Amino acid sequence: MSWFSAPASETQITHGARLWLYIVSGLVMMFLVLPSLIVIPMSFSESKYLEFPPEVWSTYWYGAYFDSKAWMNATQTSFTVAVLTLFLATPVGTLAAYGLHVSRFRFSIYIYVVLSLPLMVPIIMIAIGVFFLYAKLGMINSIHGLVLAHSMLAVPLVVVVVAAGLKSYDMNQEMVARSLGASRARAFLTITLPQIRFSVITGALLAFLTSLDEVIVALFVSGGEHATITRRMFNALRDQIDPTIASISTLLIVISMLLLIAAQVFGKERD
Amino acid sequence: MVAISQDTMGVVLNAHGLASDERRERWMVFGLCGPALFLIGIVMVVPVAWLFGLSFVGADDTLSWENYERLWQSKSYARIFKTTFEVAFVTTGICMLIGYPLTYMMAQLPRRAANIAMITVLLPFWTSLLVRTYAWLVLLQRKGLVNGWLIDAGIIDTPLRLVHNFTGNLIGMSQIMLPFLVLPLYASMRAIDPDYVKAAANLGAGPIAAFWRVFFPLSLPGLFAGMLLVFVLSLGFFVTPVVLGGGRIIMVAMRIEKSISLYSNWGAASALAVVLLVLTLACLVVAAKLLKLDKLQSSGGSEG
Repeated sequence: MSWFSAPASETQITHGARLWLYIVSGLVMMFLVLPSLIVIPMSFSESKYLEFPPEVWSTYWYGAYFDSKAWMNATQTSFTVAVLTLFLATPVGTLAAYGLHVSRFRFSIYIYVVLSLPLMVPIIMIAIGVFFLYAKLGMINSIHGLVLAHSMLAVPLVVVVVAAGLKSYDMNQEMVARSLGASRARAFLTITLPQIRFSVITGALLAFLTSLDEVIVALFVSGGEHATITRRMFNALRDQIDPTIASISTLLIVISMLLLIAAQVFGKERD
Repeated sequence: MVAISQDTMGVVLNAHGLASDERRERWMVFGLCGPALFLIGIVMVVPVAWLFGLSFVGADDTLSWENYERLWQSKSYARIFKTTFEVAFVTTGICMLIGYPLTYMMAQLPRRAANIAMITVLLPFWTSLLVRTYAWLVLLQRKGLVNGWLIDAGIIDTPLRLVHNFTGNLIGMSQIMLPFLVLPLYASMRAIDPDYVKAAANLGAGPIAAFWRVFFPLSLPGLFAGMLLVFVLSLGFFVTPVVLGGGRIIMVAMRIEKSISLYSNWGAASALAVVLLVLTLACLVVAAKLLKLDKLQSSGGSEG
């Protein structure tokens, strides 16, 4: 009972008096997390109508996924594109964030705005624009086209994350290295990069995830044998509910969780 | 005398050299932005500018306003814009109502506990949009979990139509958009100096008055920024309304997709996209202004 009448904040309101706040918050947290999590046990059911909890636990729908050539193809495309996007967007974004941070021109803020444009322009407009461009260049249904488009979407995220990392880094350390004779490139690689590596890694994880989860651009410019997994999932959802999607969703949720944990761990080490 | 003046000259000359060296160096470093600017320029800015141009090209390949005129006159477009705004407004409203209490509670927790609570916001944020939409489809369908629970609990006798309509789309979109409201709001609530609320309590304000008259007004810029972000993203939303709306809801982004994939009508699609872009950028500018205001306020607070 004492907890109920104990003061909960500076205003001397008691925990009991704002019990409703805790209940509402708890419900909203459940609303946020449960829908995705509930898919996980459901994916282990055997029936065509996913049940919760499953009457018979089975990995039937995982078998359906791993045995399907089309799904495996799509998975391979998605992962190839996501990995290539990571390796393109991370260095490009990191260099841009560093360049902006060090050069400090008065117009840098405008460059920053240009670099964040992909976050601001509605994704549907970007998608039809890219479709238009690729149709002219003959790059529809190509892996490299998709990698370029996804990197364009991911670079702003890398820039934002790395720029935040650079803000809390003392640039004088690099100055010291250079006054001792290191070139700028060497000073960056040996002194600065190791200290902002957690931001860079977080940016890289975001780039990977952005590409893996991207639907709308892929809907327009990926297809044929190079259709991504999200494109196939989206089309399957449009028509009817294929329970195979539950197993794929579970795998994607697990990947997201692992990446989130990785990002949190790296974030912690930075503090 | 002469020696000294030569010396100063040398220093001046040297300073000149150093300054121009530094300028050159800064430009070279600035060049590191090149690849990023090139990528975004070619893959995004050029095509979007192209679409902008296409939106002014009529059916007979001449410059005209006809694409925009059609947007203005046609009843079907009016309906699409009405639906889009309705969905965006209601989604924003729901996010505000359920997001504010959650964020308020998290902002009052000790850092460590708040970080743990924040995972419940970040996990959906990092989970694929498609997966979350799918989850709602499974939960809300006729024979889905929610209907099952409601019938078992004796609240309803026949399954409710929760999906493939306005309601289903709203439920899904609210959950998907909520993190975009919580994250900026949380940052701005954390920046509010707790001494303000303490001072209010000291001066005799009860908890409710201290909240409504001191804390709440200070949190408004962050709240508006988050709401604008949700609103903007909702305006351009595509995946969730397609899947959860089941064809009963047609929003702007869906119409754009249809114009391209079904009719290959680039003029109409571009004009629609340009209108969406202008609305979006206008909202973002306002949101940025509000956040800047917020920053000024909170930094002023910590000084004073």
